[in-house]
Amino acid sequence: MADVQSLRELGERIGAALKDYVDAPEVVRGELIVIARPDAILRVLKFLRGDTQCAFEMLVDICGADYPDRESRFDVVYHLLSVSRNQRIRVKVRVSEGAVVPSVTGLYSSAGWFERETWDLYGIYFSDHPDLRRILTDYGFDGHPLRKDFPLTGYVELRYDDEQKRVVYEPVKLTQDFRRFDFLSPWEGTQYVLPGDEKAAKS
Amino acid sequence: MSERHIRSMTINFGPQHPAAHGVLRLVLEMDGEIVERVDPHIGLLHRGTEKLIEYKTYLQAVPYFDRLDYVAPMNQEHAFALAVERLLGIEVPRRAQVIRVLYSELSRITNHLLNITTTALDVGAMTPFFWGFEERERIMEFYERASGARMHAAYFRPGGVAMDLPQKLLDDIGTWNKKFPKVIDEIDGLLTENRIFKQRTVDIGKTSAAEALDWGFTGPMLRASGVAWDLRRAEPYEIYSELEFKVPVGTNGDCYERYLVRMEEMRESVRLIEQCLARIEPGPVKVQDNKITPPSRAEMKHSMEALIHHFKLFTEGYHVPAGETYAAVEAPKGEFGVYLVSDGSNKPYRCKIRAPGFAHLQSLDFMSRGYMLADAVANLASMDIVFGEIDR
Repeated sequence: MADVQSLRELGERIGAALKDYVDAPEVVRGELIVIARPDAILRVLKFLRGDTQCAFEMLVDICGADYPDRESRFDVVYHLLSVSRNQRIRVKVRVSEGAVVPSVTGLYSSAGWFERETWDLYGIYFSDHPDLRRILTDYGFDGHPLRKDFPLTGYVELRYDDEQKRVVYEPVKLTQDFRRFDFLSPWEGTQYVLPGDEKAAKS
Repeated sequence: MSERHIRSMTINFGPQHPAAHGVLRLVLEMDGEIVERVDPHIGLLHRGTEKLIEYKTYLQAVPYFDRLDYVAPMNQEHAFALAVERLLGIEVPRRAQVIRVLYSELSRITNHLLNITTTALDVGAMTPFFWGFEERERIMEFYERASGARMHAAYFRPGGVAMDLPQKLLDDIGTWNKKFPKVIDEIDGLLTENRIFKQRTVDIGKTSAAEALDWGFTGPMLRASGVAWDLRRAEPYEIYSELEFKVPVGTNGDCYERYLVRMEEMRESVRLIEQCLARIEPGPVKVQDNKITPPSRAEMKHSMEALIHHFKLFTEGYHVPAGETYAAVEAPKGEFGVYLVSDGSNKPYRCKIRAPGFAHLQSLDFMSRGYMLADAVANLASMDIVFGEIDR
């Protein structure tokens, strides 16, 4: 495993070579993190794969992350691994809703399903993807379930209807409201007004 | 006779097919008996694990990991525990580390036993299946004696392991471990030089080292293609750096070599278990910080402070400092990684699970093109697919 010093040097090298496309790379907890511009992701990954000091031959994972408060609410996170040099890097791209990220399937074959998954769960669109279909959710599913504004219970439930002899979809019915306890200490953790405390806050 | 164009046929394989290793639906485009395209439809076992984890405290998230790859549950928990520990900045005590390695290797053996024997079953050999499952049953008993559950152990928790192991259990694992290589030899005798087994697996699903890297292969799949890459060696976690073991590597990258690599790995696991048993010493099995790990039951009955800690840990849980990390372990199937993002609260903000099977299964199309339908089944079996982790 590459030590922090060599990762820092590698980060400097990447920062210098791609300075128009990435923010300054940083090393946090022994992990090298690079934030790239969305339209330049192909170029960045091409460099990371081809450069002899980087040699990231394997795309380990692509995933999304949702930060609804941010202007560009989504992160697309690429994890790369170099087997020959035993080092890892995390490349992040920030995109807003409806933005398009170039697909990296031409560079790494393994990106195909990872991008499909990110599209399915977050609704981040990848251009030039050969086969961008939903992958994990049901056929004909609506919405992107891992977004923070998608409820945990979902919108529809299905059951087998004996009269129609088929599975039917119905709006989800909860016998009791979905309860989300955060168990946070009212003295330390909570960032919101507790029920009943509204008046106290005003006065 | 004039030439006739034969339209390629589409076959639906699964989701209820014994060779699909779970709920896999394959849409196969066939030219006669030759596979032209494979389109795996996954997600039939999708339970929204990642979404559920965002609504649970860190401790409540642990059991979800057992239900991913339910053939080797503890390895999955291990990756999550490592990720949380890295964010918390804690190191688990030595005895817990040894126990974790011990049980990781036991899990590796159960996993490989299942994979090797069901592969044999898929290509027509039934006996190894029975012999292998007898041993799996014994390992599940060890699971039960450590955690109380045969499969869904929830044993590796952030900060250590759930509870200590009794000496008798360690002795029994040692006794079993001495006898087990004989079972490997027996399965070896049935399969390795078996003419039918070799006809069905040699030169099937050949993958070069470059292709394996390109498709994101890890674990035995990558090693069979000739890349000596093992996270236990490359990024040693727990006590792996001081243990002695070999990393078996193939040259041909076909189904047969994947089988051979897994057989060799079981023998190495036996050696690792032996070394762990020799190294295990009395001591605490979890971090001695009651803000993260619960106090002992006895302590709770006497100490008010311990009782408060216990109550807080099992309601609010602990807060993990904001940040993100990616922790990976060498699970039996390959690199199992957890990308964990914390916002400083008591619940994970984002927990992406990187399952090795997901990357392997997507290459089924590339691997099976031009082979026969029956070879697609052999390829699928050699990938060691478990749908719990792929569909999440």
